[in-house]
Parts: sequence; structure tokens; C-alpha cells
Amino acid sequence: MTNILLAILFLPILSAAAITLFTLRRPTVSAGISIGSCCLTFILSVLLYRGAVSQGLPLEISFTWLSVGALSVELGFLVDRLSLLMLLVVTGIGSLIHIYSRGYMQGDPSNSRYFAGLSIFMFSMTGIILANNLLMIFVFWEMVGLSSYLLIGFWMTKPSAADAGKKAFLCNRIGDTGFLLGIIILWGTLGTLGFSQINSLLAANPAALGSWTTLVGLLLFCGVVGKSAQFPLHVWLPDAMEGPTPVSALIHAATMVAAGVYLLARAFAIFSLPAAWPESLAWFNFSALEAVAFTGALTALLAALIAVQQNDIKRILAYSTLSQLGYMVMAVGIAYPVAGMYHLTTHAFFKALLFLGAGSVIVALHHEQNIWKMGGLLKRMPITFFTFLVGTLALCGVPPLSGFFSKDAIIAQAFSKSTCLGTISVGVAFLTTFYMGRLFFVAFMGKARSQSAEKSQETPPVMTYPLILLAIAAVFAGFWNVDTWMMRHYGLEPESAGWFAKLLYPFEHAPMAALLSLAAVACGAVLAYKLYYNAKQDVLPSQLGSVARWLKDKFYLDELYENTLIWCQDKFALVCDKFDRWIIGGALVGTVYHGVELIGRLWRLSQTGSVQTYAAIFVFGFVVLAYWVVNW
Amino acid sequence: METFESFLTIGLGHYLTVSVILFCLGVLGLLTRRNLIVVYMSLELMLNAANLALVAFSYFNKSLDGQVVVMLVVTIAAAEVAVGLALIVSLARKKLPVWVNDLNKLKY
Amino acid sequence: MWETLTNYNWENIFSLLPGALVFYVLAGLAILFGILVVANPFSRSPINSGLSLLATVLSLAGMSVLLHAYFLAAVQVIVYAGAVLILFIFVLMLSRKEMKMVFTSTRIRYAVGTVIALALACLLLSIVFQMPAAAPVKEAVDGTVPAIGRLLVTEYLVPFEAISVLLLAAIVGVVHLSKPNTKGESK
Repeated sequence: MTNILLAILFLPILSAAAITLFTLRRPTVSAGISIGSCCLTFILSVLLYRGAVSQGLPLEISFTWLSVGALSVELGFLVDRLSLLMLLVVTGIGSLIHIYSRGYMQGDPSNSRYFAGLSIFMFSMTGIILANNLLMIFVFWEMVGLSSYLLIGFWMTKPSAADAGKKAFLCNRIGDTGFLLGIIILWGTLGTLGFSQINSLLAANPAALGSWTTLVGLLLFCGVVGKSAQFPLHVWLPDAMEGPTPVSALIHAATMVAAGVYLLARAFAIFSLPAAWPESLAWFNFSALEAVAFTGALTALLAALIAVQQNDIKRILAYSTLSQLGYMVMAVGIAYPVAGMYHLTTHAFFKALLFLGAGSVIVALHHEQNIWKMGGLLKRMPITFFTFLVGTLALCGVPPLSGFFSKDAIIAQAFSKSTCLGTISVGVAFLTTFYMGRLFFVAFMGKARSQSAEKSQETPPVMTYPLILLAIAAVFAGFWNVDTWMMRHYGLEPESAGWFAKLLYPFEHAPMAALLSLAAVACGAVLAYKLYYNAKQDVLPSQLGSVARWLKDKFYLDELYENTLIWCQDKFALVCDKFDRWIIGGALVGTVYHGVELIGRLWRLSQTGSVQTYAAIFVFGFVVLAYWVVNW
Repeated sequence: METFESFLTIGLGHYLTVSVILFCLGVLGLLTRRNLIVVYMSLELMLNAANLALVAFSYFNKSLDGQVVVMLVVTIAAAEVAVGLALIVSLARKKLPVWVNDLNKLKY
Repeated sequence: MWETLTNYNWENIFSLLPGALVFYVLAGLAILFGILVVANPFSRSPINSGLSLLATVLSLAGMSVLLHAYFLAAVQVIVYAGAVLILFIFVLMLSRKEMKMVFTSTRIRYAVGTVIALALACLLLSIVFQMPAAAPVKEAVDGTVPAIGRLLVTEYLVPFEAISVLLLAAIVGVVHLSKPNTKGESK
């Protein structure tokens, strides 16, 4: 079992090393190595799943990484239901996207670099999933940040791509600072970072963290806010669409951004503690989970609103991702991580599908990303059309498809916790349907709106087969018992039911929520059909005026950051620069330097070059020395 | 009476006094004269003063070691003069002045 | 007055008188000519300096005889008077054209040089005068050729050989330096 785990973890990094060391000049071989290692990882994951289920869960293996005195840092694997689910999702979708990349990146001169980056990402992501303690998670957390940076800035000659990579990295850095602080405080108070130890300690004594409880939760959540792009650090994710589309699908939709949700589910024991603040901050008086829930809801709403007025196909999908991530975070925040992980799984399938479909369109239309220049793709790209339709329906939450079940679980739980959150989540469901309908009607239906759309052709099988496989998964993932699997992880006993009972379960369990969300979907779809079917241009700006402009310009959050935080930082940097230049460099170093130089110049005057002067100085020195020796 | 007798009894101090005076004259020449050849002569004067001191020490210590050292010093002096004068000759051949003051290539 | 004179040990004084007289004469000559070497008030000619140096060396050779260093006295006369001084005078004659007497040296230099030399003299003389008087020598060791030669090839063999190598190096160097420059302006 250990060997399989080690192989799963290290195969991708070995392939990255092989590519960078040996096959940088041979893109085909590089792609083969990378795809092969990823598919092998998936197969091994399935084997691991079979083995682990038969052996019994959970399974923990740890090694001592370094020990200095009393301090010992451990590395280890924790295989339980949570990590197995995540591992299968990541490696499965990862394999499909690797294969798809082979077609999408065809002919790019830096193909090998791309596949090396993907392999590094797979390594880091499996590291996060298999880690059994927070420190190891943090290490791999940073590594996914790195690979994300490398892949966003893959076309680094394009300034926008390079800037987007930088922005992603910096936003993540802000979040990770809080994450690291949280880890340190946790270590200081509990003395351990292993999840199983933390869980047992907190189960025995929920007040083990004392007054730090909520603060630790919020600091750990900072890391989630950065990595899963929650408000207010969400600004990096839309810009990250500058990377190649398969990267957007794999890293910035299906897996890496979901790592935050995974962390929330993993460390749920810490977040779910009752609120406890230090004395001086006691007036805050909210618990970590409440903060998580409202951040998630706010992000979901905000991103869905912005998505309504975007025109770039990838940006719409990016804001949709943000919104769905908000759902997941909210699900954990309302103390139901089962639904969060469920939605993570289904979302990974249909969002990867949507992105890959978008990538297929983009390739077919020669890198055209504006939806107003697409259209009429049913005849020309049937496979892409239908798979994209499946993805859209799944995302909107149309009943038999996977998205319905997971989203409904969240909405039902939200209503049971708070009407406010429930209303927001239904509203977001409505908005989701509306903007996805807009996207679909404008980009795929109607007449072709540009020359390239008229001449488009279906993409090669290497790209369409992953689409078909993902579409199948998006349709049927609701029947794979992901929710019961996760319920068992959290110690709940699910009712066993057949597939038909499963279909009816939401309506029996919480009929109001299910019906409301269905109504929202129907409203959104009808509205989108009315406004955008066969539309020549967007009618919303003329009808909504400045509201539409605010939506289009993302509520001016980027500009707000630019003019406050970045402005302050620039000014501060300027002051530091002046201080360094004039006070430290000029006054302190300069005094020493110029003083030494002056003394040197004065001494140089004694170097007359005349032998007699030297002799005179020599004799004088001898006299002084001899006098000193004789008279003391 | 003692003063007169001690004045006539030539001891080590007398010889050393002469040696010191000659040595300092040599130093004076070394430091003030500008003609390179005269500077060399001042050097010779200093060496000879030192020789006198060595011979006096040898005599008053009843040991010949000092005289052997003088032999060595004389040899060195001869070698030094030969090399130095060769340098002066080659300088003169290049039409360079033989004034110490002008030879300041050692300057920074 | 008379009594003080009669109190003198005249015998002793008369036995000392010739040696002392010779020493004082030689010492006076050495110092006088030493002054003439470095600071001749009448002439700045290097020839005069060289001839004065010759006289000084001869006086010093005489003092060596007083100190029973007979072989050394001979060596000093032969090497200095016979070789070194002649060499000086030859060089003076060879480079005569360039030897223009230009007084550009500043007074500061003379002043500084004099002060330093005087300070050195004061220091060394004070040391000499503070020194306890050495016991008078009854039986002097003669610095004869066999005695010095024996020392040179036994106890001082290594310095002796080193000096011979030094001489060889000096010869090579001198030959190299005095050879006319074949590349440059060899006239």
C-alpha cells in the first residue's frame, strides 16, 4: 500500500523531471511521458481505492521528516474517504485534461514546458490530497501556487499573461500568510499538526484551543480565501484565464481552486468549534463557520452578478467557477461539508467539461473568445455543442443531471440554517441559469456572427473524446453515491436507496427548497431565452444602464484595490526607497564611504614616489620606535 | 685626574661615538642630497660606520665574529655599489636625469 | 694646582698617550671627511664627495689597525679605496654630461633631513653614553688572515656561500643592466 501511495505521489514529479532534463526539445515524447504518468496515477488510484476499501479505512502512514531536539516534523499519508474521493476526481479529470491538452497545445513551440508544468501540478495536488498534517499540506499548497503561476504565465511573452500570473501569485501569498500564521498558532496551542491527532484532541476537549479557537479558524480560512478565490481575494481567478484553456479547466476550475474546499472539509473539526475570542476582540462574537458561510454566499452572489455581463467565454466560466466555489464554501460554512464535497465532485466534472468545450470552440474559431462573434455551432460542431449543452444543464441544476443533486443538498441545508442564506443561494441558482443560458444562446445557437464562426469545424477526436467522457460523468455523477460516501466519512448514517429513490429524494426530503431551485432555474432559462435567443447584441446595458456597467466592470473592485491598497503600497515603497537611498545609502553608508575615501586620498599624498621621502619617513619611524624601546 | 685619564683611555664608547656620528652623517646625506651618486656614497658611509662599530665590538669582546660579519658587509657593499652604479649608467644612457627627485615612478 | 698635577699617574698617562693621540687624530679626520662627503660647504661636486669618502675610509682603516683588525684594514683599503671608489669616479666620468648642478631642492627638505639625522644622532649617542664602560683589553685577539679564514670556512660557511651566490647574482645583474639595449636607442 505504501508503495502505491509513493508511486501516486512521485510519478508526476518524476515525469516532470524527465521532461525538463531530457525531452525539452521533443514535444511529442514529453506529452507522452506526462499523459502516461497521469493515466498511470489514475489507475493506481483506482487500485488504491479497491485496496483501501477492502482493508478498511482510514489508513495512515507517516515518516519522520526531520527531528531537532524536541521538535519533530512528520510527513505522512492519510487515506480516508475524503482523500480517496478527491484523489479519484483529481487524477481522473487530470488524465482526461492531459489527453485533451495533447490536441489543444498541438504545435505550440513550448509544448514540453507546458506538460512539465502540468506534471508538477499533479504532483503538488496529490501531495495536498494525501497529506496527513497541515504542514505538509502547506508545503504542497505553495507548490500548487507555483505551478499555477507557471501555467498562467505560460505565454509569458504576452504582458497580460505575465501580469495575471503575478497577480495570482500575490493574491495567494496574502491568503497563505494568514494560513501559515494559523498553522503556527495551532502548533503552539495543540503541539501537533496531524489531522487525526487534532481531531482526537478536539473531540476530547473542544476548548483545547482556548481563546484562539475562532482566530485559528479564520486564519486557516485565509488560505482558503486565497486559493479558492473567495471575496475579497477573488480578483486573481478571472485574470488567470490568460493561461491555456486546459489549464483553466484543470487548475482554475476543477481541482486546485477546490483545494480550499478540501482543506475546509479536512480541517472541519477546527472550523466547527464554538466561537471563542481573546478578551480584547470579544465584541466580534461570531464563529469561524459563520464567517465561512457568509464569505461563501457573498462570493457566490457577487460572481454570479458579474458573470451576467461578461462577453469573454472563458471569463463567464471563470466567474461561474467563483460562484460555484462560493456555494461549496457556504456548504461547509453551514456545517454540512458533505454537500460541499459533493458539489465539488460534480462541479469538477461539469466545469471541466464546460472549459474543455469552450477550449474546443476557441480552437475551432482560431482563438476567438468573444461570445458575440460565435454562434450557429450546432451543425458545425455537433459533439462540442451537445457536450456543452450537457455541461450547461448540469451546472444550472436540471433534475436528472448531477448538478441538481449537489446544489439542492446545499440549498436545502441553507434554508434549514438561515432564510437569508437560502434566499441568496436560490438567487444565485437563478443567476447561474440566466448567465449560462445567455452564454449558450449567444455562443452556440442562432446564426454565425463572424466569419471564423462560419468556417469552424469540429475539433479532432483527441479533444472530443475527453468531452464525451466528461459529459457522461456530468450526467451520472448524481447516482454514484458520492453523498453517502461522504456522509459515512463524517459519521452520519445515510438511508440506502435505489437510483429512482435517489431521484425523488430531494423532493421528499425538503420539497420547498427543491421546488424553489427548480423554479429559479426555469425563470432564468426563460428570461435568457427571451432576451438572447437570436439576439444581435446585448440588450441589458440599454435597459439597466449604470447597473449593467457596474456588473460589466466587476463592481470596480480591481480599480478599488488599485487605488487604495496598491496606491498605498506604492507610496509606502516610494518612501522606503527614498529612505534607503537618502538616509541609509546617503547619510549612513555615504558617510562611512566618503570618510574612508577622504582618508585614503589624504594618505595617498604621502605616496610621493620619491625614495628619499620614504627613507626620511623610515628613519623617523625608526627613531620614534627606538626611543620608545629604550626609554620604557 | 680620573677625567683626564679616562679621556686618554680609549674605550668602546669612543669608537661607538665616532661610528654614530659617521652613521648620522650618512643618513643626512641620504635624506638631503639629490645626486644619486652622492646618495650612494652616503650609503657607503653608513656601511663603514657600522663596520667600525662591529670591529670595535669584536675587539672589546675578544672575539673575531664581528670581523667576519664585517667581511660579509664589505662584500654586500661591493655588490650593491656595482648594481647601483650599473643602474645609474643605464639611466644615464637613456638620457634620464640622475636626480632622485625626478625618479618618482613609485607614485600612486 | 701643582699638587693636582703631581697627583696624576704620569707613567700611565704617558703609556696611553700615543694610542690616544693616534685615535683622536684618525677620528677627527674620519668625521671631518665624513662631513665633507655629505655637506661640503665649498663644493657640491660629486668628485669632491668621492675623494672625501676615500679619505674617510682610509681613516677608518687606520682605526681598524688600532683595533687589531689587520686583515680587515687591508681589505677596506683594497676594496673601498681600490675598487669601490674607483668605480664611483669612473661612473661620474661616464655620466658627466648629465650631471648638471641644479639646485632645486627646497629648504624644507634640508631642514627635515637635518632634524631627523640629528634626532637619530642624539638618540644613539645617549645610548652610547649610558652604556657601562667595557673592561680595558689586556691581550687583544688579532684579526689575522688565518684566524678569519678559519672562521669563514667553518662556523660561517653558510653565510659565506650565500654571499658568494649573491655576488654572482650581482655580476649577472650588472652585466645585464650595462649591456647596450639592442632594441632601443643603442648608440
